[in-house]
Amino acid sequence: MKSVKKHSQVLRLAITSLTFLFLFTFKLSAQGDVKAGKSLFNANCAACHKLDKKLVGPALGKISERRELEWLKAWIKDNNALRASGDADAIAIYEEYKGSPMTAFPQLSDADIVNIVSYLDADPVKKAGAPVIAAANEVEEETSTEWISYLVLLIIVGIVVWIFMKSDNTFLKIVATIFLLFNLAYFGFTALLSIGVDEGYQPVQPIAFSHRIHAGDNKIDCQYCHSSAKNSKSSGIPSVNVCMNCHKNISEVAEETATAEHSKAFYDGEIQKLYKAAGWNSETLEYTGETEPIKWTRIHNLPDFAYYNHAQHVTVGGIKCQKCHGPVEEMEELYQYSPLTMGWCIDCHKETKVKMEGNGYYKNIHEDLSKKYGVDKVTVAQMGGKECGKCHY
Amino acid sequence: MKKYWKSVEELNENSSIVAKLEEKEFVSEIATDEFLGDKETLEESSTSRRDFLKYVGFSTAAASLAACEGPVRKSIPYVVKPEEITPGLPNFYATTIADGYDFANVLVKTREGRPILIKPNKLANGTTNARVQASVLSLYDSLRLKGPKLKGNDTTWSDVNAQIKASLADLKAGGEKVVLLTGTLASPSTEKLIADFTAANGNVQHVQYDAVSESATLDAFQEVYGTRALPNYDFSDAETIVAIGADFLGDWQGGGFEKSYTAGRQADTGKMSRHIQVEANMTLSGANADKRIVVKPSEQVFALINLYNAVTGESLPSKATAKDADIIKAAKQLKKAGTKGAVLTGIQDKNAQLIALALNAYLNSSVIDTATVKYTRQGNDAEVQQLIADMNAGKIGAVFTFNTNPVYTLANSAEFVNGLKKVKLSVAFASSEDETASKAQYALPTPHYLEAWGDVQMQAGSYSLTQPTVNPLFDTKQFQDCLLAWSGSSESYYDFLKNNWNSAILGGTSWNQALHDGVFTSKASENKAKTIDVATAASSLKAATKEGAFELTLFSATAIGDGQQANNPWLQELPDPITRASWDNYLTISQADATALGFSNPVQDNGAINGDYANITVNGVVVENVPVLIQPGQAKGSFGLAVGYGKTKAMKSEMQVGVNAYPLAQDLKVVQIASIEKVSGTHKFACEQLQHTIAGRYEILKETSLETYNDKSIDPKHSWNEVTKVSLKHEEVDVTAVDLWDDQDRSIGHHFNLSIDLSDCTGCGACVVACHAENNVPVVGKHEVRVGRDMHWLRIDRYYSSELDADSLEREINKNSTSDKVDDYYALEVPAENPQVAFQPLMCQHCNHAPCETVCPVAATSHGRQGQNQMTYNRCVGTRYCANNCPYRVRRFNWFKYNENSEFDFNMNDEYGKMVLNPDVVVRSRGVMEKCSFCIQSTQQVILNAKKEGRKVAPGEFNNAVACSSACATGALVFGDVNESEDEIVAKKEDSRAYRLLEAIGTDNNVLYQAKIRNTEEV
Repeated sequence: MKSVKKHSQVLRLAITSLTFLFLFTFKLSAQGDVKAGKSLFNANCAACHKLDKKLVGPALGKISERRELEWLKAWIKDNNALRASGDADAIAIYEEYKGSPMTAFPQLSDADIVNIVSYLDADPVKKAGAPVIAAANEVEEETSTEWISYLVLLIIVGIVVWIFMKSDNTFLKIVATIFLLFNLAYFGFTALLSIGVDEGYQPVQPIAFSHRIHAGDNKIDCQYCHSSAKNSKSSGIPSVNVCMNCHKNISEVAEETATAEHSKAFYDGEIQKLYKAAGWNSETLEYTGETEPIKWTRIHNLPDFAYYNHAQHVTVGGIKCQKCHGPVEEMEELYQYSPLTMGWCIDCHKETKVKMEGNGYYKNIHEDLSKKYGVDKVTVAQMGGKECGKCHY
Repeated sequence: MKKYWKSVEELNENSSIVAKLEEKEFVSEIATDEFLGDKETLEESSTSRRDFLKYVGFSTAAASLAACEGPVRKSIPYVVKPEEITPGLPNFYATTIADGYDFANVLVKTREGRPILIKPNKLANGTTNARVQASVLSLYDSLRLKGPKLKGNDTTWSDVNAQIKASLADLKAGGEKVVLLTGTLASPSTEKLIADFTAANGNVQHVQYDAVSESATLDAFQEVYGTRALPNYDFSDAETIVAIGADFLGDWQGGGFEKSYTAGRQADTGKMSRHIQVEANMTLSGANADKRIVVKPSEQVFALINLYNAVTGESLPSKATAKDADIIKAAKQLKKAGTKGAVLTGIQDKNAQLIALALNAYLNSSVIDTATVKYTRQGNDAEVQQLIADMNAGKIGAVFTFNTNPVYTLANSAEFVNGLKKVKLSVAFASSEDETASKAQYALPTPHYLEAWGDVQMQAGSYSLTQPTVNPLFDTKQFQDCLLAWSGSSESYYDFLKNNWNSAILGGTSWNQALHDGVFTSKASENKAKTIDVATAASSLKAATKEGAFELTLFSATAIGDGQQANNPWLQELPDPITRASWDNYLTISQADATALGFSNPVQDNGAINGDYANITVNGVVVENVPVLIQPGQAKGSFGLAVGYGKTKAMKSEMQVGVNAYPLAQDLKVVQIASIEKVSGTHKFACEQLQHTIAGRYEILKETSLETYNDKSIDPKHSWNEVTKVSLKHEEVDVTAVDLWDDQDRSIGHHFNLSIDLSDCTGCGACVVACHAENNVPVVGKHEVRVGRDMHWLRIDRYYSSELDADSLEREINKNSTSDKVDDYYALEVPAENPQVAFQPLMCQHCNHAPCETVCPVAATSHGRQGQNQMTYNRCVGTRYCANNCPYRVRRFNWFKYNENSEFDFNMNDEYGKMVLNPDVVVRSRGVMEKCSFCIQSTQQVILNAKKEGRKVAPGEFNNAVACSSACATGALVFGDVNESEDEIVAKKEDSRAYRLLEAIGTDNNVLYQAKIRNTEEV
């Protein structure tokens, strides 16, 4: 299993403190502060500009080689006024971008603009340390107990064989046979029970969508994309237009997103697949209208005769997605974390206390039921969550 | 004392079949003899025992190998998700059905953009019948016309538009007449559009045509009140209703009266209207009537005049009838009711309608409403016949048909087809390539109403909107859009409609609000009446009335109606409420006539019935091989036959059942003098009336009279609603006091009960179809229904009853003794002549102490604390013990796989038809038991919605969620939570009329019945 390198709390604090120290120390340098410039750029400019690529506006890397600083200051603070003053360059840009004006930033001081320009002029900042290498030694291997059961089986079979070969005791032979049959039945039954249980099912998807990057690194809320989970029985695979809310602007991943397994080029290629599906031309930045629905392979398959409702669990029950879907934020490629068997459902229903606080529906029911069962909090099963008809209809 | 019976056969004491069926616990035995007893077949079979074992071995191995690899399933999300759609949640849209025969304000439930269920729009006072409920499946009819056709070849809309525009220009230049022949539209915007089209094209005439005509009433009303409409009736305050040949609880004048009818018959108010029905066929209205007077159609005419004479004291020319004494009694009751009395008649004669109007005017009846008149029938018989004559004379340049199928429904269809050939341009707008569309030059596909825009004015001042709930499935175009295009307008019908509403209807109120509500109401203006010359009307009516030895009344059946939805398997499988036969039409005949003419309905061992064939002749037109069914209550000397069957065009072969009776409706008159002759052959009916044996337990219906009910000195618990007594420790106690079971505490949380009011159930069958749609109940086809394998979760049992006189009472008591009285006459003939009818909807009773649960070896059926008897299909192994142990015969076994099986080529074996399936309910596989679930998917959704919103469930919410109770127009079915004191069901449970079915067996049902009350008051 892969893992993302985790920084310790202390380390993070140290780095932050050092950064601040650094900031304050070099703030007054005439050259402009690259770090401050970066954060200003990200806050104000990154929605429309990239360093090396045209987005909504032009690429801005090494801008000072193309524009005077004074001109930039005037343009950034109020490009409309600059155009009105008849500046030829300003009008040319305006026309190049089909008359879509840039937002004015009167709130940026001259120093801020100097900082931004310094950031733009600096070489792309490499993050301290090499790209994260999956450090296998950080995560302990899950100890497998399987080999023990094989060993036990082997020993049992060995003993039985030995009894048959060496012993003359008929009683012992019969007992051994019965013992062997019981064991075979046990293992056979276990094997049969596992049919149709797809725990760990991890199909290859048409787009190598990484939950690690989205839910883990970028901490996007599950329900931003799976928005119907709170309302509906199905959590919903997000439609392509939801992806494009962000990916209209994010056409490539950061260097540091790449892993040993997947390079930056690989991820960028996957984003291109999304553009193809959405019919987005990343050159002209326009929708072509030629869409192509993405055919995801469904991972969590409940049989038709089992009814499951996300809203009941997510909204009413307040259950975290990870309870059933596992550490999705760590999964590079999604797999089925839970067995999704009936026993697994029922076990949880037996243990889970119903979250009734603040829900007008349960107002009297809760009191009455807890009195009836003589408990503080009733479980889902006590509410009827073990009845066949609640999930099978 | 009353005796309840399901079939005439049961009145025959010597019938071995009945005795057998009574004693038998199961209708059909396991057919071991069939496959083991037949030595020849066994020997002929090429499959040896060894082969058999090989097959078994191979299939087991193959199955286990196949099970190792799960299928890979794809999930394809939207590219751009429509804002209003959340996968997994339904959307509801208010719209209106107006197919020319059925008109109703409805709510459409859509899932992921597919309409899957129709509900009545109760905010707009909408009610639905079985056909409206089933109309959602007609949307997914795979035999719909999928693109425009020219002379049978596919063409394109652009070609069609260009060609027709050119033809219209030629016709205009030549001054030739263009006729638009439509069904009843009642659409203000379409009428305006037609006016615009007429203005653009000059010589245009709009002719409306109803297959089942109400032209006589329209003519009469127009003469008296000056407007071509139908009078409306509000029975909620009526005291006496006399209906002569008017099946107003069926489809008479468009139907929809059952709601106000039952509102006026609530026994707990102490008052009920008295309903007297004068008729020949046994109709729904007759079945619900307090008193049914059985007369032939020709005598109905004189009954009407005699009634008029008796009420007014005039002496219009008439003739005595055998039932005059009853008519005089009815007249007395009408007079007593005064303004709260009303007379309705279905006699298709303008003069008869005039007399009825005059009689209502004489009574100054407040029941009849001449202001908010109905527009749901507009057909003009004279204009239709004139059109056919003109077409044949070559006077017509072009005919456009829309919303009508005259080639199928006209008696003089051949003349119409001939005329059509002489017309330069013939265009049929049709939903399928039906009889008319295949005869016209152009067959242009129209969208289903769920895919279309439109409006309809069902009654004065009530405007309804039709809005699309799904993108058109096929390459269809609306009639109105075409008219706009051909008038040279670039406007779409949607814009036209919206503009028309904003300018002419809404009066400044919001279009969006009207669209949301589905209806907009304004005040209707009064219509001034002219005086009616009753004397002239009566004498010409008398002169026009012909009597025959046998008179035939054609009618539209509850399920199929006028036949436009005949390719709808839900409707074909819906049993007729009276005869309980499905997949057929048949000639109904009285027992006396049947005996005289040699017809019989022998009952088979398994409860199925057979019949003989007859040829019917009307005026030289013969309809051959019509099966004959003996109908108790059919007037002697009369026949009944349903129209709407026998369609062959654009019909799946399974649905091509019955005979076409329209050729007998000559001059668009449903009453004809007919003769029949018996022909050879045996017809096999798919009739459920004797199936589901109740093992000789007949005490399942309770009823009493209004008089007894109102008599407070009578304790219902010791009289008409008696609880069975048992002896406990040598004391007589109520059976309910004894319980073998430990009772559970069900006072916390929801506990569902369903109350069924036998007084309010008119037997319309809307709930049966709603149940089909909501619960993915499969259609099994004619043969399977015949052998008792129908899958209806909810059925409506029909019981006949007759008062037994002293003689037959004695016989009844001695029934099991060895006496061999063979005097059948009373038992067989008299009660069957005019029995009383009661309807009893029956579904799983959700017994708290369910006999089915205890016998299931795998615990596949179990009990929920909400009161449901739950059925877990995936657990069921199909032993059928449960069904055998069920006292109510409500469990259904999947004998076959009914989905994706070409042997059952109905909607579940059809790529379009499958789209109607409810995604919240599983489609059952072969070999499992199924039954009513109390719509647990819907009640759970209601509970979840309340939990999500953090509130309690509102009273009535459950009632509106459950398919049958929400579909019920009269409120006969009430579903609710008995632990919620504000719920309507609590009062129902405590009602003195409430009883449980077969209470004595101690199953403690969660379904309640309310005893039927009849108003037996005579004056």
